[in-house]
Amino acid sequence: MQTNSQRLLFALVLLNGPSAPLIAESPLPDTIQFNRDVRPILSDNCFLCHGPDANHRQSELRLDMRESALKSFAFDSDKPNQDGLVARVFSDQADQQMPPPDSHKKLSPRQKSILKLWIDQGAVYQQHWAYEKPVKTVIPAGQNGVDLLVRKRWMEVGLQSAAQADRRTLIRRLYFDLLGLPPTPEEVAEFLHDSSDENEAVSAVTSNTAKANTTYLSLVDRVLQNPHFGERMAIHWLDVVRFADTAGYHSDNPRNVWPYRDWVIQSFNDNKRFDRFTLEQIAGDLMPDKSQETLVGSAFNRLLLSTEEGGAQPKDYEARMLTDRVRAIGAAWMGQTTGCAQCHDHKFDPLKTRDFYALGAFFADIQEPIVGRREDGMVVVTADQKTTCLVSASLPNKRTVRVLPRGNWMDESGEIVEPAFPTYLPQSDVAGRKLTRLDLAQWLISRENPLTARTVMNRLWQQCFETGLSKVLDDLGAQGEMPPNLALLDWLACEFMDSGWDFKHMVRLIVTSETYRQTSVATSEQLTADPYNREHARQSAFRIDAELIRDNALAISGLLDSKIGGPSVKPYQPDGYWENLNFPTRDYVADKDSSQYRRGLYTWWQRSFLHPSLLAFDAPSREECCAERNRSNIPQQALVLLNDPTYVEAARVFAARILSQRLGSAEERLFWAWQQSLQRSPRAEEMKTMIELLNTHLDGYRKDVKRADDLIKIGNTPSLDSLDKSELAAWTHIARVLLNLHETITRS
Amino acid sequence: MQPNSNGMNVNTVASIAENRRMFLGQITQGVGTVALASLLRPSLLNASEAGLPGIRSLPQKAKRVIWLSMAGGPSQFETFDYKPKLAEMNGQPMPESMTKGQQLAQLQGQALFCLGPQFSFEKFGKNQTEISSLFPHIGSVVDEICLVRSMTTEAINHDPAHMFMNTGSQITGRPSMGAWVTYGLGSESEDLPGFVVLVSTGKGRSPQPIAARQWNSGFLPSRHQGVQLRGQGDPVLYLGNPSGITRDQQNADVIAINKLNRLQDSLVGDPEIAARIAQYEMAFQMQASVPQLMDIRSEPTKTLERYGCQAGDGSFASNCLLARRLAERGVRFIQLYHRDWDHHSLLKQELPLRAAEVDRACAALINDLKEKGMLDDTLIVWTGEFGRTPMSQANKGPIGRDHHNKSMSMWLAGAGIRRGHVHGATDELGYAAVENVCSVHDLHATMLHQLGIQHDAFSVKFQGLDAKLTGVEGAKVIQEILA
Repeated sequence: MQTNSQRLLFALVLLNGPSAPLIAESPLPDTIQFNRDVRPILSDNCFLCHGPDANHRQSELRLDMRESALKSFAFDSDKPNQDGLVARVFSDQADQQMPPPDSHKKLSPRQKSILKLWIDQGAVYQQHWAYEKPVKTVIPAGQNGVDLLVRKRWMEVGLQSAAQADRRTLIRRLYFDLLGLPPTPEEVAEFLHDSSDENEAVSAVTSNTAKANTTYLSLVDRVLQNPHFGERMAIHWLDVVRFADTAGYHSDNPRNVWPYRDWVIQSFNDNKRFDRFTLEQIAGDLMPDKSQETLVGSAFNRLLLSTEEGGAQPKDYEARMLTDRVRAIGAAWMGQTTGCAQCHDHKFDPLKTRDFYALGAFFADIQEPIVGRREDGMVVVTADQKTTCLVSASLPNKRTVRVLPRGNWMDESGEIVEPAFPTYLPQSDVAGRKLTRLDLAQWLISRENPLTARTVMNRLWQQCFETGLSKVLDDLGAQGEMPPNLALLDWLACEFMDSGWDFKHMVRLIVTSETYRQTSVATSEQLTADPYNREHARQSAFRIDAELIRDNALAISGLLDSKIGGPSVKPYQPDGYWENLNFPTRDYVADKDSSQYRRGLYTWWQRSFLHPSLLAFDAPSREECCAERNRSNIPQQALVLLNDPTYVEAARVFAARILSQRLGSAEERLFWAWQQSLQRSPRAEEMKTMIELLNTHLDGYRKDVKRADDLIKIGNTPSLDSLDKSELAAWTHIARVLLNLHETITRS
Repeated sequence: MQPNSNGMNVNTVASIAENRRMFLGQITQGVGTVALASLLRPSLLNASEAGLPGIRSLPQKAKRVIWLSMAGGPSQFETFDYKPKLAEMNGQPMPESMTKGQQLAQLQGQALFCLGPQFSFEKFGKNQTEISSLFPHIGSVVDEICLVRSMTTEAINHDPAHMFMNTGSQITGRPSMGAWVTYGLGSESEDLPGFVVLVSTGKGRSPQPIAARQWNSGFLPSRHQGVQLRGQGDPVLYLGNPSGITRDQQNADVIAINKLNRLQDSLVGDPEIAARIAQYEMAFQMQASVPQLMDIRSEPTKTLERYGCQAGDGSFASNCLLARRLAERGVRFIQLYHRDWDHHSLLKQELPLRAAEVDRACAALINDLKEKGMLDDTLIVWTGEFGRTPMSQANKGPIGRDHHNKSMSMWLAGAGIRRGHVHGATDELGYAAVENVCSVHDLHATMLHQLGIQHDAFSVKFQGLDAKLTGVEGAKVIQEILA
């Protein structure tokens, strides 16, 4: 994902040419810290050949452990700076230099100096930060831990708080972040004019001790009780667990798992404890109090890719499914990239191939579909209807799991492994019995596990601030990033566990912080001091997610059907988009009833051909787990918002609403339309532009009413005969421009 | 994630902010259009300028690629790999020593019998290269191409095999080669995507599906994903104006949108808005340029005859002609799929139909590019996603061949590829490549090499690894097929 500042970098490249020096060196810290300063250098440049993977290790030198490095004389504890590592990295002779020239790795002078200083200071190692238990900073009663810890960092790095956001911005932000829908003009007005507010001048930079006011707190409470909260939170979780309506491989046929999607929504709305949420998904069929609810949760185990391709070998797909599941657990709960350990010990993290298959062995009891045959699933009774859902079922005789040498499923020479927790992480007390999926789930949510709470809180932070506290959401390992504000991530993780895995509590903590409530408009001083906004001395502005682009347009137009849950739906889609699907060939039939206007997250998720409007705005195909989406800005997005019948219909229905208000002048109408779409009043120049545009289109359509008629018939909604066709068509353009504005699709 | 997102140091950022203000100032003062267009010009935003390793580190022989993917897996025994010994052993049991313990698809566990070539072979060109009589036109240009008979792959089912051929990995989520290449080199086209995909279907039976992930950008920025140009409906999804809206009206709306966005930018100073404005301009341009590109009626009749196509027929031949037109317009990576080569059965009946659909057009493309002086810097590649077995398959109806990954044939042409050469060979029954064995990663390395990219240096950070198209196992450039 590109941050604004990275784009600035591009802009600079444009202006100065590619040769402009972009990176200067900052001074070395007085005391080198291994995790902060050294590990990233070693991991990126050295561990490939001198790290955890024994099979790829060169010259018997291992730099990721102090003892091994000492033994190989990489440095000498008595005579620092005499030989070995330092000499090699500073060497300019090709046969001496490290990393060697053919590795295409190169250390900067600063990196070399850090290594030298670190060895001079005694080459002190630390265990990788994410494998240590999080430490909880003590927060004085009545203070928000987020604000306290963010400010502590500001003191260290010399930053100050940005102004607080204005209220209209704040309520839009809160609604998009927690509900995925815009506030109505009435909701905004209520929030703006609430008289209980003691301090309207919240924009003062000095307000860093001001208490979150009661108006805002009660707004947050209402939002957290709003049933659209569960939908909004579900979008991210469904990406992480790769929820989709189809099997994925080859014929990519449908399979029924949508009750699981509704289970996720309901779980967030009920504020189901996150530990329970975890147990039900991984082992809902093995729980002592199993029920339809826990079984539907266990559909998590069935969300992976499967195939019906003729000639697919069961053993091949058994291996694919095992590795797919390990990757999913790694991504969703552990924040670990495990995929490489399928073939070899991890090059950078201590995860071994044996750990990988031992994790996979937890799932060796799950009944898999027979390749080429479709399953019916379990009957699920909901309030509305009876349906089926794929769920986990445990086989009495588990499959034998072997380590597959180099990941090759045809090689049966590997060692047989039983379920086990990765050896480099704290173990649970389960000695003397065979472990089950229930044990795995309990281990993930145990207080000893250093990863789960951090992983989940890091993702929640990203939802509220654009960038995670550790910026690589799916990798808290050596190749990820040590958070600049580790104390904050750790405090959030501990508070999450201490609160009883109370997700809404954590959301409330974050969104009521002053840190969250700052303006996203950056001053040049702030851009200079913290270009990537890693210290959160301001908020971020970013384009809303694919599903929300749709939801927002439907909500503004008044078309949105806000029903929650149910089978996936089919919005308009270009003819022939599925023409390359087969076995069988399929026609896409768009919904004709109110299902046409459901929220984006209910869209039929065809893995091999995701709906093109969602795809254009970076919704993932959900073939693999996705912790963080791209946030691109491409011409196809303009084509979707301008030409997709969903948005044209939204514009014309919005236009009809504008014209149906008892308003006199075009200016009054524009004023009303602006309130609906942007929850603010138009500026004079905006008004002028739109009036001119309106007149242009009025002229055009009055000369050609036939075209007006064509335009106002797009979409299923019947057109209002009571309105003048040319006027409606012209206002459809006005509405369309509003729906296309950058501001409309931006949360700031 | 943002590839190559190196940390930036505080000291330089002041000047960036200054420049940024200047830059945005220019836009609001109306100097904008050119600067905005260039803001989005992929060639200015690609890896080479961002200093990614491996890019333009070698002489660039190929400026662009046209990849002809024969989806379904054509049989090498009826196309480019003549095996008289297999003909001799037709109907006899396949030697078990060859097949024991090996991976098969639909023939797994079945009795295995040899199936001789179903069509005669003829000798073509100065080296008297043997090519199936079904491909006389490709035979006529054999002195321009390099035939590789020792290609192999790792996958044996269609979907993973396509993924492996396109992304170098059988795991989903990796970028397709077209995305890698446009990421690395950018595009020279201002109003067309850098990576374009065209799909045609044989007039045969029920072809294998092709998933859009085959042209996905994976972990690379989304703007590098392949854009499918379709033969029917809007050539690019949502390209056409809604009914009732003329181009002038569309223009008026786009101008208004951009004006209001510019106004907003002057208040909040978000560079993302400048990018958004440029995207609307580009989209509006595409609405004109893509239909022009797709309209082959402007081509001389003799050109249409040469390729063997008619305007609007959606055929592979039409797509070959479009590939040339895309190449002329600076598109970097053009990938054609022709579906329905999966001949488990009806090999004898169906394969000649596919051959007729592609033979003339492939040769026409080569000759056409040559006459236009573009063959020298256009790399053409013809492959399936895997090969087929020398054993017969009889459990799906009239005789055919099963999927096979130990031997397949492919050819390359143009852009510094050795002309009139045959590389590698299979054993006498064509079961396995035995001489100069080539892997998919080798093919990728070689293609990148011709594009001026050093394959083992060209990497992007993904999940903590330096991810490369050519993987970690050590691919090699196939030097022998280079001129």
